[in-house]
Amino acid sequence: MLELSGIESGYGETQVLHGLSLEAQQGRVLAILGRNGAGKSTTLKTIMGLLPLKSGKIVFEGKPIARQPYDVAKSGIAYVPETRDIFPSLTVRENLEIAAKRFGGAAPEWTMERVLDLFPRLGERMDNGGTQLSGGEQQMLAIARGLLMNPRLLILDEPTEGLAPIIVKLIHDKLQDLKAAGLPMIIVEQNFGFATSLADDVVVVGKGQAVWTGSAEEIRADEAAQHTWLGV
Amino acid sequence: MAHDLGFWTLQALNALQLSMLLFLLSIGLTVIFGLMHFVNLAHGSLYALGAYFAASLAAIGGYWMGFFLAPVAVAGVGILLYSGLIRRMRKSGPMAQVLVTFGLIFVMLDLTRIFWGDLALAIDVPTLFAGRVELLGIEYPAYRLFIIGLGLAIFAALAFVLGRTQIGAMIRAGVDNDAMASCLGINVERLFFIVFCVGCALAGLAGVVAAPLLSVTPDMGLQILIPTLIVIVIGGLGSLKGAIAGSLIYGFVQTFGAVLAPQLASVLIYALLAAVLVIKPVGLFPAKG
Ligand SMILES: Nc1ncnc2c1ncn2[C@@H]1O[C@H](COP(=O)(O)OP(=O)(O)OP(=O)(O)O)[C@@H](O)[C@H]1O
Ligand SMILES: [Mg+2]
Repeated sequence: MLELSGIESGYGETQVLHGLSLEAQQGRVLAILGRNGAGKSTTLKTIMGLLPLKSGKIVFEGKPIARQPYDVAKSGIAYVPETRDIFPSLTVRENLEIAAKRFGGAAPEWTMERVLDLFPRLGERMDNGGTQLSGGEQQMLAIARGLLMNPRLLILDEPTEGLAPIIVKLIHDKLQDLKAAGLPMIIVEQNFGFATSLADDVVVVGKGQAVWTGSAEEIRADEAAQHTWLGV
Repeated sequence: MAHDLGFWTLQALNALQLSMLLFLLSIGLTVIFGLMHFVNLAHGSLYALGAYFAASLAAIGGYWMGFFLAPVAVAGVGILLYSGLIRRMRKSGPMAQVLVTFGLIFVMLDLTRIFWGDLALAIDVPTLFAGRVELLGIEYPAYRLFIIGLGLAIFAALAFVLGRTQIGAMIRAGVDNDAMASCLGINVERLFFIVFCVGCALAGLAGVVAAPLLSVTPDMGLQILIPTLIVIVIGGLGSLKGAIAGSLIYGFVQTFGAVLAPQLASVLIYALLAAVLVIKPVGLFPAKG
């Protein structure tokens, strides 16, 4: 449903992605793995239109993707960034509402009630400031906010970074529920176990290119590939 | 200092009136800056334009015609500025923006000269507020009280819109992090356009209400620019709280400074500005903590 071919992109003069290609399939979860600085976050930012596409093509649901974040969001992609980017001047409720009221049409699949069912913890914090939350709660809020956009593709950048094992487990279970409900996802992760237990497909990024592509089972079994590309 | 209580009440009201005028000017500028990191030095020219439109409209249909239509006309000029110039300069960096909008000040200055001439125009206080009012033991011009009331009412309205409504939350989100706001499907550019127009209208309104107090001259926009910039630097960029706090500080320091230490009055506010920059370089209440 999302296809990147020959992507070149970066920050100003610094090129980070050198002809990266990958594909996320309808109804499946794709994990993007790779070492620090490989270009995983840069790939996601380029998809979202946060970084300019110097060359290559990105096609979403058969059409070239828009190049402004606002249009990318409207086309049905929700993004949970590495830094979570909760709005500090907004309460938890407002953080959710500004995403909710714009999408989903008359009978949205994701409503405020439903995301609060998924993350009851947020319900107790509705009137707190966005940054008065723990790291785990901020991550839940960032995911809930993305879901309220009723996306057809959810993109997550290192959802477990800096979280306690018990919260990592909780996030894992929730994402597993979303996967079971058929929501396509792209997950960038450092946590190999977390990523490969959720994902159907895996692409490993190294030095701005896709260096290994296959299924999650394959990479779990392929210790040579793990060693070469991930240093596991 | 053998002044009585009435004297100080009078000064306090004068300070408040100056503060409200500065607030109307600074709120638009600061939110525009906070939302889009756009520096519009020509904001003061819109204030002058508001005063000129008010003078012309008042000549046709009286003060209130100017009061209601001049801000709309200034917003119209804002739309032209936005579509002709500002939209193209959104990504060109602060240096280019400062230079171009600084140049714009002089373009507007000469345009007002061409259309209205070099002589100062006067505009009458509306009859409704022509008299004086007994207040706290003194007699105070009703028109100045009107300005204070108007400033407070607009502050309350903006506090409500920014703090309690959906569009207010979207504006705050945009000020916090415009890239993430866009990723949530918020049309930050359109939001910016709306805020820009409202900011222009408020600058125009400030010009309208100031017009009967001052004489309307082409350079009034340039004169108000520095105080407005001081207000937003002291208050902190991007926030309503900063704009009102900065305006009050400026209004009171300026007014009481002129009474208590006339020799120092002109440097006092700059000393305060320097102190704020040393102690809290981001200003007192910046939108981004
Ligand atoms: N804002 C930036 N400006 C310039 N270079 C950057 C910027 N952000 C990242 N880079 C560089 O781009 C390269 C790829 O960074 P990227 O964030 O995509 O890596 P990553 O794979 O997400 O790594 P990590 O696992 O540490 O998050 C790195 O070499 C990094 O130094
Ligand atoms: Mg990263």
